[in-house]
Amino acid sequence: MKVYPNDDLLLKGLASNDKQAIEALYKENFGLIQTYILNNNGTTDDAKDIFQEAMIVLYEKAASGSFELTAQIKTYVYSVCRRLWLKRLQQSQRYNSPVESLDEVVPVEEELEEHQKKNEAYLMMEKAMGHIGEPCKSLLEAYYLHGKNMQEIAENFGYTNADNAKNQKYKCLMRLKKLFFTQYKNGN
Amino acid sequence: MDEILLLDAVERYLKGEMNEQEKTSFEQMRRTNPELDQLVVEHHFFLDEVNRYSSIKAFKNNLHETQTKLEAEGVLKEKELGAGAKVVNLYRRYKKTIAIAASIAGITSLLTYAATNLVAPKADAEQIQELSKKIDAIKKTTDAQGKEISKVKTDIPTKVDPKIQFKSRGTAFLIDGKGYLATNAHIIKTSNTVVVINNKGDEFLAKIAFIDNVKDIAILKIEDKDYKNIQLPYSISKSTTDIAEPIYTLGYPRDEIVYGEGYLSAKTGFNGDTLTCQIDVPANPGNSGGPIFNENGEVIGILSTKQLQTEGAVFAIQSKYILKALDELKKDDKYADIKISSVSSVRKMERKAQARKVKDFIFMVKGN
Repeated sequence: MKVYPNDDLLLKGLASNDKQAIEALYKENFGLIQTYILNNNGTTDDAKDIFQEAMIVLYEKAASGSFELTAQIKTYVYSVCRRLWLKRLQQSQRYNSPVESLDEVVPVEEELEEHQKKNEAYLMMEKAMGHIGEPCKSLLEAYYLHGKNMQEIAENFGYTNADNAKNQKYKCLMRLKKLFFTQYKNGN
Repeated sequence: MDEILLLDAVERYLKGEMNEQEKTSFEQMRRTNPELDQLVVEHHFFLDEVNRYSSIKAFKNNLHETQTKLEAEGVLKEKELGAGAKVVNLYRRYKKTIAIAASIAGITSLLTYAATNLVAPKADAEQIQELSKKIDAIKKTTDAQGKEISKVKTDIPTKVDPKIQFKSRGTAFLIDGKGYLATNAHIIKTSNTVVVINNKGDEFLAKIAFIDNVKDIAILKIEDKDYKNIQLPYSISKSTTDIAEPIYTLGYPRDEIVYGEGYLSAKTGFNGDTLTCQIDVPANPGNSGGPIFNENGEVIGILSTKQLQTEGAVFAIQSKYILKALDELKKDDKYADIKISSVSSVRKMERKAQARKVKDFIFMVKGN
């Protein structure tokens, strides 16, 4: 197995959501993906969409900690984008003949299936968050997304003390859970 | 308040914020209290989802910012389609053809319109007016007739006596197009009059042909001259279904038919009852007696009861007991002609098409 020290570094940067790593990945890979998609019935906007999704797949893998790179990032990103694009062509029925390419690809079907599942859960959470309304949304985001403690939240949201904020947080959390699990059960 | 403390404890436990002593006693409670254990598992899963949501959201944000930045710097450029395109861009190629075809069609229709206008005789304005008056008159008489008819309709007494107070209701489904329906015994066991209503709102009188209170199965027979025999699109499964198989149900928890889907969660029912199986579908009072379909559109059970303490635990009577009940019933000469179809014609259809097809065969049951 070959080792790509630079690629490993990039992955680590990606896992910690480092902007420099993201920028480097864009610069190195976007051109290739854009050419591929333009040559296969797509537009530049399609290329941007697909590339972003592939970056999320790569991020999920990198952040899971269990990802071992068996090919160059370039090859991996290209394989993911190719698979995603073929799927989208099939869905929009613009797909005419199998688009084969001579470039090297690695199998990514399993990863994409997993990504699909995760993405569904993400969308459900996004929808649930969108439905709980304010101040619930900001309150839960402050606690769970930005790691604020109850004292800070009480001050920011104008509750008289941390216990009141806690009560409010509990009510909001229950609503979010209900919204999320209703979708989750119906989705499966 | 207790619930707030409880959830707070669960969160602190999951985040590893408890001290050793607290943790030991919490774990002890978790072992002895299955509800708490369930809450911990569920909340763990939920927090994981929240964390993933939060990290992906942050990542998407960064992605977006980076892309905008690179676009502004001119690093990401719009590219023209290269000459060495491997696959010909079909849409672009056909665009011209489509444009030409569309203009030809446009010109032709304009010409046709002009020609018709030239050739067609000019209509007499007075005649037209007269005709429209005649039409007005005809319309008036039709309206009047319509009113008469609706008045007559309301005057005719409905065949189901409106004075009857229905005490119970549920769902039933046809098992033989000759008007035999299966449902739960508990819905109609004390009823003198049973009425079934289909999805279009037509009411039919039915009588109880067979009832088994222990197995909670009843077979109804529609005894109403307005009922016409129909062919069933589904069959009744003879075998048991596997765990995790996707299922769906249709029923009348309210006045309209409601669809619900889920999966078979255990081959036995409450406390290991082998008569029933456990399923996970949304169910409410009124769903009782409804059919449970598998993916092939075969009936695999009758939705019967719900366990009160546990959310999501619903039980269904296995379909083989419907067949057994029918065998019993056939011993009576009056019912010897019952026949159930052995193939379901909706088998290869998508779920949506299946549900659309079978919903006409599912009835609301009311008993007094």
